[in-house]
Amino acid sequence: MLLRKGSKVRWLKSIVREILGLFVDDESFAAAILVWVAVAGLGLPRFASAAHWTGPLLFTGLALILIESVVRFARRRTK
Amino acid sequence: MVAGLGHLASARVSTTLLAAFFASLVECVEALTVVLAVGSVRGWRSALAGAATALGVLAAIVAVLGRALTRIPLQGLARIPFHMVQLVLGAMILLFGMRWLRKAILRSAGLVPLHDEQIAFAKEQELVRKKAAPTNEASARDLLQWDKFAFSATFNITMLEGTEVVFIVIAFGASGAGLLLPASLGAVAALLVVAALGFTLHRPLARIPENTLKFLVGVLLTAFGTFWVGEGVGLAWPIPAPANPDFAILFLTAAYLGVALCLVPICRMQARVVAEGK
Repeated sequence: MLLRKGSKVRWLKSIVREILGLFVDDESFAAAILVWVAVAGLGLPRFASAAHWTGPLLFTGLALILIESVVRFARRRTK
Repeated sequence: MVAGLGHLASARVSTTLLAAFFASLVECVEALTVVLAVGSVRGWRSALAGAATALGVLAAIVAVLGRALTRIPLQGLARIPFHMVQLVLGAMILLFGMRWLRKAILRSAGLVPLHDEQIAFAKEQELVRKKAAPTNEASARDLLQWDKFAFSATFNITMLEGTEVVFIVIAFGASGAGLLLPASLGAVAALLVVAALGFTLHRPLARIPENTLKFLVGVLLTAFGTFWVGEGVGLAWPIPAPANPDFAILFLTAAYLGVALCLVPICRMQARVVAEGK
């Protein structure tokens, strides 16, 4: 299929936007998840004395991010 | 002992199959709505050809990705360490699953409107009519020629929803040896069920409880993603030594489900408090 340069760029942009949309609805929510995954990955393995609880700590952080994002949305939506 | 392990394995296979089936069902229903809307306005030949072409492309992607994923842990020659694959895939599954779960919670709390297939169908039909309203001459020509608009519209929606299905299959299928096949079978079964219902009824499947399914699948994907990320960065779970660490997925699922179910009434209450304070 022959596409002009402008429409090619638009087509590629729309594909990238659709793919990003699979993972990101709310930018700050997605960023918080990635930051916590990075912090957990770099910091938690150092807690050798409580190694078995590093996994649940990862969960706790993610659950808190979910709670904060949902509650923030509820407040903002009804203001 | 062996019988016990056999039970565990068959339980994992059936859980994977069912999870992939229900998750894929939601996506297939959404794609069907658009295919029906485009087909009913612009004609079926090009609309169905667009959807079928996208399905072929997606099948090729799954075959290539699936083969690569099942080989990485087995081949010592693989250049990418398996924990990196776990971490990257886990982070992607986590973003995908938490996005679904967040939206499902907000929909259950009434803060975001529920997705209605009948309304989506009517809107899509209207959009197709407006964007490419054919004249009588054009409609006669369209019957004989390929309709590029219908083809690209159904190709795009099938690719988009199908890509989500591919992620779901990878998320559930790559979490253990031999699980990619049941996950793929679950997705194919969902596609066949939705296609058969769409072919028979010729209208959108509005009675499928999409948000409930998205809620549950969001919980499962988030649990799987958390486990994978944890494994990828070398975290440990408080599971006693003889038991399989995969049991952590069960606890994560229960914990996320509990958090999500508690969040629905909290959000409703929060919204009410803010509204009353106005």
